[in-house]
Amino acid sequence: MGKQNRKGALIFSEYKRGDGIREAIGKSREDILFEIRESKLKGRGGAGFPTATKWMIVAAANSNEKYIICNADEGEPGTFKDRVLLLEYPELVFDGMTIAGYTLGAQKGIVYLRGEYEYIKKSLDDYLEAMRKDNLLGNNILGKKGFNFDIIIRMGSGAYVCGEETALIESLEGNRGEARNRPPYPVSTGFMGKPTIVNNVETLASIPHIVLKGGEWFKKHGTDKSTGSKLFSVSGDCKQPGVYELPWGTKISELLELVGAKNTKAVQIGGASGICIPKSQFNRILAYEDAATGGSIMIFNENRNMLNILKNFMEFFVDESCGQCTPCRIGNRKLLQGIEMIEKGAYTFSYVSQLKELGRTMQAASKCGLGQSSPNSFISILENFKEEIFCGNDRYINGYGEHNGK
Amino acid sequence: MLVIEKNTMTEEIEQLVAKYGNSRSSLLPILQDIQRKHKHIPDFAQQEVARLLDIHPVEVFSVISFYSFLNTQPKGRNIVRLCQTIICDLAGKKNIARAIERELGIKFGETTKDNKFTLEYVNCLGMCDQSPALIINERVYSKVTPEKAVQILSEVK
Repeated sequence: MGKQNRKGALIFSEYKRGDGIREAIGKSREDILFEIRESKLKGRGGAGFPTATKWMIVAAANSNEKYIICNADEGEPGTFKDRVLLLEYPELVFDGMTIAGYTLGAQKGIVYLRGEYEYIKKSLDDYLEAMRKDNLLGNNILGKKGFNFDIIIRMGSGAYVCGEETALIESLEGNRGEARNRPPYPVSTGFMGKPTIVNNVETLASIPHIVLKGGEWFKKHGTDKSTGSKLFSVSGDCKQPGVYELPWGTKISELLELVGAKNTKAVQIGGASGICIPKSQFNRILAYEDAATGGSIMIFNENRNMLNILKNFMEFFVDESCGQCTPCRIGNRKLLQGIEMIEKGAYTFSYVSQLKELGRTMQAASKCGLGQSSPNSFISILENFKEEIFCGNDRYINGYGEHNGK
Repeated sequence: MLVIEKNTMTEEIEQLVAKYGNSRSSLLPILQDIQRKHKHIPDFAQQEVARLLDIHPVEVFSVISFYSFLNTQPKGRNIVRLCQTIICDLAGKKNIARAIERELGIKFGETTKDNKFTLEYVNCLGMCDQSPALIINERVYSKVTPEKAVQILSEVK
């Protein structure tokens, strides 16, 4: 799927480089903040924190050094919308950062690009250079006195946990990417101890449109609690995988139809750290208030073995846990061992329920989002697919006949 | 390491420090550049980086050991990273891995005798819509088949 085929009401709608910045510098900072608050834009990385709240805290902070960080450490399995945005719509992301710089009084923007996307860096650097030539970056941008802002790109080095905002900042500061205790939050004590905004690529890409067309326009799309639209990265068992822009509130079944998914057994919403939804719940809607996601939609058909899928997820987390806190470091290993026991048939139900309890403990006790969300798939897959997993995943009951006529 | 090699390395790191600055936050870009050129970060380089950034060498080592794309032991000239995460796994990662292993005569995690290739698994490359995917050095290849993978490798120098 190329750029010419992309359709969308908001992010993929028409936009010319620099328009958002031009509009922004004609407005007061308060007006921009007001529009963003009106839009009820929430963080697109997955956590869904209101963007305006973050911005207003940094805008109010009394510091002559502030930072705008674009979180392009897109590591969640099944997510690739940021790759598409950065390759095809860099104007939206960089204009969004520059508008943030103007609104919040920051002079420096940093894109933290994951190491796996090194091949994108060259085109981004070239793009930034072109922006500097057109005075969309640099000093006194577009003739606005005192509006100085520039963007640099910094690479990650293959660590999933660096997508967590405080781990990302640690990494930028030249440390191991281990999450910090929060509070203090980056909005007050961020990069180099200065007030810092860390926003997802897609969040920043929404900003120029909101500045141009207003919060009211943005709010018209989506649901009450989830305004606007979302880029969904669709992959797995379907005819047309790719990035789709759909309004929040779209039903899972509608999305499945759109991408040509047949015989779907399960949909993993929100990546490995998300939840797995069985067929019976396909009428649920994609929204922060129901099935929340940072955009990852992975589709599994009837022929897929759910226990193997779960095992792949847990191997991922064992690999990517930074090892800093005990619930995550050891908990993920225990969950993986549990899956291996189930695989061999060497389990007891009492131990399985203990493991689920352990999962809930991890959700409560882990230091950062990684360990807090890694048990999600474990709990939801064992809960929603217990018949397949515990009653034998043979297609026949005890070797006799078809399973319930299926 | 020969003295002359050490001197070249020191010079190289001094240039990197001049380019990125001598604050701690320059550590990762400096290490990434050394890694890209030498395919690993030798002990001597770690000590020099530490000296020039005025931090303890163990701090440098601790950072290197955290990131999966940085390493202290030498690797092959070309690093082949095959995505092992779910969608690429469903799309036939195992067959590709076996085909590459058979062709090169090594297992994943190993380096060929002529030092040309190192095979590694990597977590989600963000190419799930074009799976299975692999990366050689910085170049990404998508919709790979076992046959295509072997052909890609034969074209690498």
